[in-house]
Amino acid sequence: MATDVSEAPAASQNSLLRFLTCGSVDDGKSTLIGRLLYDTKMIFDDQMRSLERDSSRFGTTGDDIDFALLVDGLEAEREQGITIDVAYRFFATDRRKFIVADTPGHEEYTRNMATGASTADLAVVLVDARQGILGQTRRHSFIASLLGIRHIILAVNKIDLVDFDEAVFSRIVTDYQSFAKTLGFASICPIPLSARFGDNVCSPSSRMPWYRGKTLIEQLESVETETDLTGRPFRFPVQLVSRPDDSFRGLSGEIASGSIRTGQEIVLAKSGQTTCVQRIVTMDGDLAEAEAGQAVTLVLEDEVDASRGDLLSLPDNRPTVADHFQAKLIWFDSSPLMPGRSYILRTENHSTSATVTTLKHQIDINSFMHEAAKVLQMNEIGVCNISTQTPILFDAYGENRVTGNFILIDRMSNATVAAGMIDHPLRRALNVHWQTLSVDKKVRSELKAQRPAVLWFTGLSGAGKSTVANALEKMLTAQGRHTYMLDGDNLRHGLNRDLGFTAEDRVENIRRTAEVAKLMADAGLIVLVCLISPFRADRETARAMMPEGEFIEIFIDTPISVCAERDPKGLYKKAFAGQLANFTGVSSPYEAPEHPELRLDTTAGTAEELAAQVAAYLAGHAHPV
Amino acid sequence: MGLSHLQRLEAESIHVMREVVATFSKPVMLYSIGKDSSVMMHLAMKAFYPRRPPFPFLHVDTTWKFREMIKFRDEITQRLGIDLLVHRNPDGIAQGINPFTHGSNLHTHVWKTLGLRQALDLHGFDAAFGGARRDEEKSRAKERIFSFRNAQHAWDPKAQRPEMWKTYNTRIAPGESIRVFPISNWTEADIWQYIQQESIPIVPLYFAARRPVIERDGTLIMVDDERMPLRDGDVVEEKLVRFRTLGCYPLTGAIESSADTLDAVVREVLGARSSERQGRLIDSDEAGSMEKKKKEGYF
Repeated sequence: MATDVSEAPAASQNSLLRFLTCGSVDDGKSTLIGRLLYDTKMIFDDQMRSLERDSSRFGTTGDDIDFALLVDGLEAEREQGITIDVAYRFFATDRRKFIVADTPGHEEYTRNMATGASTADLAVVLVDARQGILGQTRRHSFIASLLGIRHIILAVNKIDLVDFDEAVFSRIVTDYQSFAKTLGFASICPIPLSARFGDNVCSPSSRMPWYRGKTLIEQLESVETETDLTGRPFRFPVQLVSRPDDSFRGLSGEIASGSIRTGQEIVLAKSGQTTCVQRIVTMDGDLAEAEAGQAVTLVLEDEVDASRGDLLSLPDNRPTVADHFQAKLIWFDSSPLMPGRSYILRTENHSTSATVTTLKHQIDINSFMHEAAKVLQMNEIGVCNISTQTPILFDAYGENRVTGNFILIDRMSNATVAAGMIDHPLRRALNVHWQTLSVDKKVRSELKAQRPAVLWFTGLSGAGKSTVANALEKMLTAQGRHTYMLDGDNLRHGLNRDLGFTAEDRVENIRRTAEVAKLMADAGLIVLVCLISPFRADRETARAMMPEGEFIEIFIDTPISVCAERDPKGLYKKAFAGQLANFTGVSSPYEAPEHPELRLDTTAGTAEELAAQVAAYLAGHAHPV
Repeated sequence: MGLSHLQRLEAESIHVMREVVATFSKPVMLYSIGKDSSVMMHLAMKAFYPRRPPFPFLHVDTTWKFREMIKFRDEITQRLGIDLLVHRNPDGIAQGINPFTHGSNLHTHVWKTLGLRQALDLHGFDAAFGGARRDEEKSRAKERIFSFRNAQHAWDPKAQRPEMWKTYNTRIAPGESIRVFPISNWTEADIWQYIQQESIPIVPLYFAARRPVIERDGTLIMVDDERMPLRDGDVVEEKLVRFRTLGCYPLTGAIESSADTLDAVVREVLGARSSERQGRLIDSDEAGSMEKKKKEGYF
């Protein structure tokens, strides 16, 4: 099967198929991949020798060669006999080159499988013939469908262990087809095989005369998966503006779908400007036409305002531009998704701030049922409404996997916390436009002769936030400043009356308070916010909502022993007695600010002295005018 | 009309390179002079055309490379107008680190691992392209295209970011960096077919010629200069050999071959029965040795 030497030049014209294998250790997935590599002569002699060595050391297949060891690359994997991470494997036949994403079947499967599936066009779903369709077969098929895979090979493995029985095979196929009906696959190809002995993998098995279909490799070689990206509407995400000198200005990117010819009229999604394609530039010479999958540089006829993040299309079929949409999210992170918290949303070529406004429901991947949920835990899938700070350019994921995907990134840790697939824009986003007002923030603050600010006092309960803020407000008022104080406790009697003290309610509490503070700053006021606000991420969210320099974080730093001693509301006594759940500093963490604009030590000065420090800071930073 | 697998691999690599230039402030491309580096350099020329690649190329030198490699490096970078940086670990120079007295592990650690870390810190690069491929080694097969490194340049295989679609998380904190592998999904066969298709120049050592070699532990080592210590009984022979992979000459095994043209080399590679890393003495100690080196900051 390895590329024949005499055909080497033709081999460079082979097509490429990216596929995914899913199934658990027991289904023989690694064995199947090992078998494919071995039968297509992708395992070299020295690799075979080290495999034989490792098999006797770590193997789980007795005296036989354990092909699984060939793909378990990390130390922990070999020692524990499990596969931890997605691995990519390569093999080729005379007709096609293959990239296989090998994803483990243990508890982290959702995350790993989603990763492998995101770039795959086909999934090989392994089923143990003795077991039939299991819960995990349903899970794997659901995730494949969710990520947009349209072609399935149902590999009924270990058929040798059920005496090559046709009836067993037929029953499994019927079971699979009935539950997969709702998953929208374009093709399902069932194949009975034995990965261990090679039956129907690369050559037809003489032990199953009743099966006259393709072998696994034949199906992989012939399946047509290029669901014609080229036939779809033209999409060109601008990756980079190329400007070596004044005489050349090109837009570089990879065509996501469709095709483009020189002279064709295109539209830039961000500005709505139209112009024509003048040149399609590559180092191998200009092209007259380019299609999906090609990385090119486009030179446009007119000087238009185009930058990274923009999306080019034809005028008669444009992408959606919206800042509020519905999407499915797969949650990756160990800390759960909280509606209201701000994340960085990254599309293929753009990033902006985003908030999950509503978690509509969670999808149970075993039953495919929708369930109500308040948070999304690691490896859970939910349907959400998401709003972004600036509009993004997209298509529904079902229409276009490139322009319909995004990831969410945590602002503090930079971890990739979720993958998202956009369903559709929300009507509100399309119809509710910002009203342009003629009296603006600048006019309002000039009238008050001050620069607006949000002074955010954070610290433990009883640290002295309200006391210092009170003293400061008196001082500022005496100077003729216009202020307003938002006190966390007071807000909980009204605006935030419906919220408790769970982590997700605290996030929402802070979001609402920050929104109110933002409106008041917009009115030209100096706003003093007193809120325990224990989590860094939430304070960063509030900061991100305000213009640069307007948010001033003031850490009221008082040791918990001092707070507990003061205990103005008797709360510490209750908390230490175990009568108060989620009490910051006792039964719930307080994350101190790392770089606050000001840190005030309440054991080192009176409230008036500390307030004077804040006033001095404001004066020093050109705050009040 | 679909694209060929080489066209798709090329587009993927170009996309990755452009993404790095668009999102990082100080990228650099590691350049080891080998065939994979030659392909990367060619792809970088394509990615930014008509601009030159908007980043420097860095060669972490060990002072033990084949002389022909250095000559080739200087000629090609000059011809393409590439900004080349060469770093040699000053501690390696001061201590005269070499594979003979210090062994291959220490040699590699000082010159390559530490040398690379020094060079990255010295220039403050926040993204470094490397030419590693996933088909080379088992731990590579599990590494991301955008591979995150902490401020100590260490790789934590258990804390890898999930990499979805072509939507890369390019965010890092100050002091941290990213290693980027644009040719992750290429195989050795792809590399050779692409070199052939694109007529990419490569170091002549890849082609068979009569070269002076000695046999050490079953491996043919070329006597590239007078620094090679000869033991009693060593016989320097002229043999028709070529190299499948290039590195430090005392650590790189030659194979006997008569393939002296690109077509012949490609034919030989596609029919090969042993992997290219077999000729590299640094990997053969034990399973997991590459993973260990990578955790220390090796490419």
